[in-house]
Amino acid sequence: MNTIASQFNNNNRNHVHHEINESNGGYGGVDKLELTPTMTLPPISQPTDFLRAHTDDATNPDCKIKIAHGTTTLAFRYKKGIVIAVDSRASQGNWTASQTVHKVIRINPMLLGTMAGGAADCQYWETWLGTQCRLHELREKERISVAAASKILSNLIYEYKGMGLSMGTMICGFTKKEGPTVYYVDSDGTRLKGDLFCVGSGQTFAYGVLDSEYKWDLTEEEALYLGKRSILAAAHRDAYSGGTVNLYHITEEGWTYHGNYDVGDLFWEVKSQEKSFNNVDG
Amino acid sequence: MDVVLGIRLKDCTLIATSKSVTRGISVLKEDDDKTRILNEHNLIAFTGEAGDTVQFAEYIQANIQLYSMRENDIELSPKATASFVRNQLATSLRTRKPYQVNVLIGGFDTKTGKPTLNYIDYIGTQAILPYAAHGYAAFYCMSLLDKHYRPEMELNDGLKLLEMSIKELQTRMPMDFKGVIVKVIDKEGIRKIDV
Repeated sequence: MNTIASQFNNNNRNHVHHEINESNGGYGGVDKLELTPTMTLPPISQPTDFLRAHTDDATNPDCKIKIAHGTTTLAFRYKKGIVIAVDSRASQGNWTASQTVHKVIRINPMLLGTMAGGAADCQYWETWLGTQCRLHELREKERISVAAASKILSNLIYEYKGMGLSMGTMICGFTKKEGPTVYYVDSDGTRLKGDLFCVGSGQTFAYGVLDSEYKWDLTEEEALYLGKRSILAAAHRDAYSGGTVNLYHITEEGWTYHGNYDVGDLFWEVKSQEKSFNNVDG
Repeated sequence: MDVVLGIRLKDCTLIATSKSVTRGISVLKEDDDKTRILNEHNLIAFTGEAGDTVQFAEYIQANIQLYSMRENDIELSPKATASFVRNQLATSLRTRKPYQVNVLIGGFDTKTGKPTLNYIDYIGTQAILPYAAHGYAAFYCMSLLDKHYRPEMELNDGLKLLEMSIKELQTRMPMDFKGVIVKVIDKEGIRKIDV
């Protein structure tokens, strides 16, 4: 009777759960020194190996968890501010999981972060960054600089280096002291200031269009169109990017949302207006 | 494929670092500075694992500056600075996640009035050298410097030698490293030189 019952016992059927429980017994039982600062880690002996075993599609195609990876995001600085444009497709392996993902994270009314790599990692840590920025404001009675905000994030990411975080993000904002500012921050701990970044599997396609037309003295209308057009280029050529384009603009007054454009409609509109995409019939 | 080059001359040390930052198949930045100023007469140049490099260099920078604050504005000498950095890397090597960073430290010893160049790699090898390079750049430049370097060279000759080395790298290395930032360390301190 017990052998029959244990077949339906959830504990024995769920391998991931079983592994966590097992290692909890071995490692979680050790007395902790409560007064020493500790870093929150998953309750398993080798977080890296555990994560790789369950998420790495390349070495184990049957892995249980597939992290959303395909993306195109871009942000660039110009005379009037910053333009941010992103696609909206979430792919898990070859499966298109969603076409309506918001890959721009509104950290606060002045700061925006973009999302590439692991969706959960970006969403969680960038909202966490929002709380850190608010705490900075309360403590210092002053808005946080983009440099400081991006460094809080990159230092946090660096603490977790090698433990499986997957993020490629641009932290964008406008402050009196810095002007329009864009920082690139990724999960190996790199933090770079720059005028123009494209991140994700479609980055090369976006760079192709953006680099050819970009100049500092763009008008707001030109800049927004260029951002939108660059994501369209990536959505067209990169199988893991697509869905819709989300557009944002940042000035001294903070960010403004400039709409959502379905790539399916946008493509034909751009094609007929620009007389481009001549490789496509119709 | 970062380039980090150092040449010690008669009364100064030259440090050159490549300006490009590459991730995967894209160049993300073409005006990057891979050096940090430690104190008035010491400069650290670094290459290695992304993320580790800047974190390590800024950690060293903070500690060297802390030393000066505590010791009433006494500067740590180039030799002591290099020993400190080597010790940090050697200690880190035996931890779970070692810093994978290779550095050159260009310095000017104000006590002896002599310029110095220290080579330190992530394993903790330290060497005082007349000229040094990390990564692929070493394969091309060491032979060239073996032939053309003279210990009594002045700044101008040094810059010509550096130009030769960079030109060789630009013709033979498969990747464009977007030129170099050159810095001089002498008795006046640290300054950037336009090339």
